[in-house]
Amino acid sequence: MSADARAIARRPAAARQLDRRRWGRFPPTVVIVVLCVVVAISIYLFMTLGARGSWSFIIPFRGRKVLGMLLVGTAISVSTVMFQTVTTNRILTPSIMGFDALYMLLQTCLAFFLGATSLTQLDGRMMFALETVGLMAFAGALYYWLFVVGHRSLHLLVLAGIVLGVMLRSVTNLLQRVMDPLTFAVLQDTFFASFNTFDANLLLPAGIVVGAALYAAWRMRHTLDILALGREMAMGLGVDYRRTVTQALAIITALVAVSTALVGPVTFFGLIVANLAYALLRSYRHRVIMPAAALLAAVVLILGQTVLERVLGLGTSLSVIVEFAGGLLFIYLVLRGVVR
Amino acid sequence: MITARNLTKRYGQTVVLDDVSVEIPRGGITAMIGPNGAGKSTLLSLVGRLLKADGGTVEIDGVPTNGMKQSEFAKKVAILRQDNHLAVRLTVEDLVTFGRYPHSQGRPTVQDRGHVEAALDYLELQDLRHRFLDELSGGQRQRAFVAMVLCQDTDYVLLDEPLASLDMRHAVAMMKRMRGVTEDLGKTVVIVLHDINFAASYADTIVAMRDGRVVQHAVVDEVMTPEALRAIYDVDVHVEQIGGKPIGVYYT
Repeated sequence: MSADARAIARRPAAARQLDRRRWGRFPPTVVIVVLCVVVAISIYLFMTLGARGSWSFIIPFRGRKVLGMLLVGTAISVSTVMFQTVTTNRILTPSIMGFDALYMLLQTCLAFFLGATSLTQLDGRMMFALETVGLMAFAGALYYWLFVVGHRSLHLLVLAGIVLGVMLRSVTNLLQRVMDPLTFAVLQDTFFASFNTFDANLLLPAGIVVGAALYAAWRMRHTLDILALGREMAMGLGVDYRRTVTQALAIITALVAVSTALVGPVTFFGLIVANLAYALLRSYRHRVIMPAAALLAAVVLILGQTVLERVLGLGTSLSVIVEFAGGLLFIYLVLRGVVR
Repeated sequence: MITARNLTKRYGQTVVLDDVSVEIPRGGITAMIGPNGAGKSTLLSLVGRLLKADGGTVEIDGVPTNGMKQSEFAKKVAILRQDNHLAVRLTVEDLVTFGRYPHSQGRPTVQDRGHVEAALDYLELQDLRHRFLDELSGGQRQRAFVAMVLCQDTDYVLLDEPLASLDMRHAVAMMKRMRGVTEDLGKTVVIVLHDINFAASYADTIVAMRDGRVVQHAVVDEVMTPEALRAIYDVDVHVEQIGGKPIGVYYT
């Protein structure tokens, strides 16, 4: 028996008990089943609370919101988990690449050059297609330029994204300062993610893109486990690093672009659910972390929207509630050392 | 056999590896020694395909590595770098199981499990298998990483200073295991070492580097002479035969 083995044998029974309890506490499948049940309960509450009037109106009216929230929640959570894996950093989200800054700039430019009236009259599908393509082209160009052509490191890519984000925000600010106040008031509404105003016609195209991206993400779930070990370990274990990371970034871009174009920027919340999923499951395996994060995202969004509609009477926006509650939770997790 | 031809690596204007050609024979332990900044780790990383060379080629058993798919390469050559910091929280068993990834693509079979058990046994990690890596001492963690690399079951194993955080007992045990790996399993081990006496006691051949070049490549007894060591390190080393091994004393 080695010295280490003897040291283990000498450890008090309580410590060994703790070991056993800690890693055998909740099997991931149990957590996921429980989360599924919680999602079902949240949907039930959201659909039925304060429901007066005809069900033939309520079901499609509230149902499309539920679909939108499931779609956006899944897209944001999975893309955040993947982005954290690719950058091997648990406190980053794809928003650091300047996605929300670009979204705001696009909106601001439209309002500035076309005016508030045409902003509200623009065809939703057109806008959606335009924004999705714009966001993907931006991120694609950034990734391609830095990562494929320039042979630069991932960290430089993230840094460039941050700097570009700041620049885009400054341009946005400038345009907003010189535009007329009425246009600005209309514009401001689009800056907070909202599930009340999004266009239900967009659910199908958004669903197709998100579905395809999720399928691709699921197929690379084992490779993502390896990517989380970092560049050198992943390469040593036979992962074609450049190709795999490019693939992952493409999936992340598609997911973030679609969900941002659909409801507006909601990315901080991805950070919360990704870390919650890791804390709950204590696993590194993407095959359980990705579904768990998506389910948590659905619970948070649907319950948040229920509170917004039934308690606060639509007095604010969902991202305000989610980020307030999420921020508190996150600070708690950091202080307790669960998030590391 | 690992054949490196005219390998060159630059970082900006600084040449860290200058037209290096070296042939590492199949079987046995080859130790790489030399002062800090001599290019040992760079050479190892180029051979292990973690870095791209600015010039030159590497062949493994006559096959050029730059044409190989990464997944094929990982079944022939395993490499462990010096500092392995992980952002994820893994148990020892998880980490060692990752070593089977080139073969299992994330779905370990019964055979893969067998390899994992063998590697855990081999590095005396059975009692630690459920512990998290961040709860282990540096030496224990180092053994876990070596177990992962061995689990990869490759013909060639490249290790960059695996003794760095090991105490005397575990350093000696590690080198004995490497001997066992080469003798029992027929693997080829290339190992970067700082302590010339570990190289002298356990390696078969020594590659000595200095200023980005290979200055000596010979069997142990030829490198372990005061003249040769002076040329490598600029230090006077007194070499004494102890128990049939040349041991250098350089504490002056």
